[in-house]
Amino acid sequence: MCLKIYLKFFFILLICWALLVWPFQDSPGIIEKWLLGILVCAFISYLELRNVSKNSLHFPLSPLRLYWFIRFIIKFAYLMVIANLDVAYRVMHPDLPINPGIVMVKTELKHPLGRLMLANAITLTPGTLVVEMTDDGYLFIHWINVISKEENIIKKTIVLPFEIYLKKAFD
Amino acid sequence: MNSIISMIFLFIGVLFIVLGCIGLVRLPDVYNRLQAATKCVTLGICGMLIAVMVEKGFSPMSGKALLCMIFILITSPTSAHAMARGAYRSKVRLCKNSVCDYYEFGRPEEAEKQPLECECKNDKS
Amino acid sequence: MFYDVLFLLALIASVSMCIYRIGIGPTPPDRSVAIDVLGTVMVGFCVLSALKTGNDFYLDVALAWTLISFIGGLSLAKFLEGRRFDE
Repeated sequence: MCLKIYLKFFFILLICWALLVWPFQDSPGIIEKWLLGILVCAFISYLELRNVSKNSLHFPLSPLRLYWFIRFIIKFAYLMVIANLDVAYRVMHPDLPINPGIVMVKTELKHPLGRLMLANAITLTPGTLVVEMTDDGYLFIHWINVISKEENIIKKTIVLPFEIYLKKAFD
Repeated sequence: MNSIISMIFLFIGVLFIVLGCIGLVRLPDVYNRLQAATKCVTLGICGMLIAVMVEKGFSPMSGKALLCMIFILITSPTSAHAMARGAYRSKVRLCKNSVCDYYEFGRPEEAEKQPLECECKNDKS
Repeated sequence: MFYDVLFLLALIASVSMCIYRIGIGPTPPDRSVAIDVLGTVMVGFCVLSALKTGNDFYLDVALAWTLISFIGGLSLAKFLEGRRFDE
């Protein structure tokens, strides 16, 4: 199991190296670039394996999970554009139509990477900003236009569009 | 053709950056400013990087632009989240026309016990 | 050519607004937020330079600036919470 985490970390680092150095075209020294990248990535992932907590990189990979993750990214990109148009409307309106407040909602995701993705997605979507996330799954969200304080409505509006995808992708 | 599409993406990106900075000046509160600035500036930078990727095609520059976009999308909301928590811990409260504040009770169990007398009001500015 | 000057002027206007907020911000968190946003807008300058000159090392600068701005934002947030920098 330790070897699997090591290999995942190694391949993530190697993809970053390949994007940064771009050793794909016919240029002099292409083999040296790949060799140096593999050596450096192996060494760094060996060093980082003791620091990174074990279960945060331990996610199962399968094509079905990848499919749900891509669905999540499409939904996220769509909502991000909507969010920016919403903020642009509120900023350019002469009366500043805001109605802010901090609300509380509970999430059911267990995986740390899934929770990180959920918090980042909530921060970049319409009118919401995660202020704090506790260990037992409570999210405190600053909302620029509070339409209700019922927990069901809050959950259906903010959390659920991402949670249904992330639950299938990570848990 | 590529340069026209790239110009459109660049225009959208710069427009949203300017809107985010106008929000940073106009809105009344730290948290609202953080929302406007983070969202708009992140999408603006992403639009500019997409413009680079469209114009250059399959080349070293587009690889770096993709990596930069992934980093921006991960780091910017995390930084905003840390900044909001720091602002709340340094006792900056919400602005006057806020509706409700569950976070001031601290723990979720106490927040559920407290009666909440604040009601949703539709006020302007 | 005209559009490049337009984009550059728009980005300079954004930076001026950030600096205005840094100057008049009533509380320390306001100034921290404006500094963080200023770091992100500077990445926009790097990207614009890379696109217009065709040199790809400007994108390296943008990448490094992203990460350094992130670390700076986190340490400012820790400072606001009342903790020391080395925790």
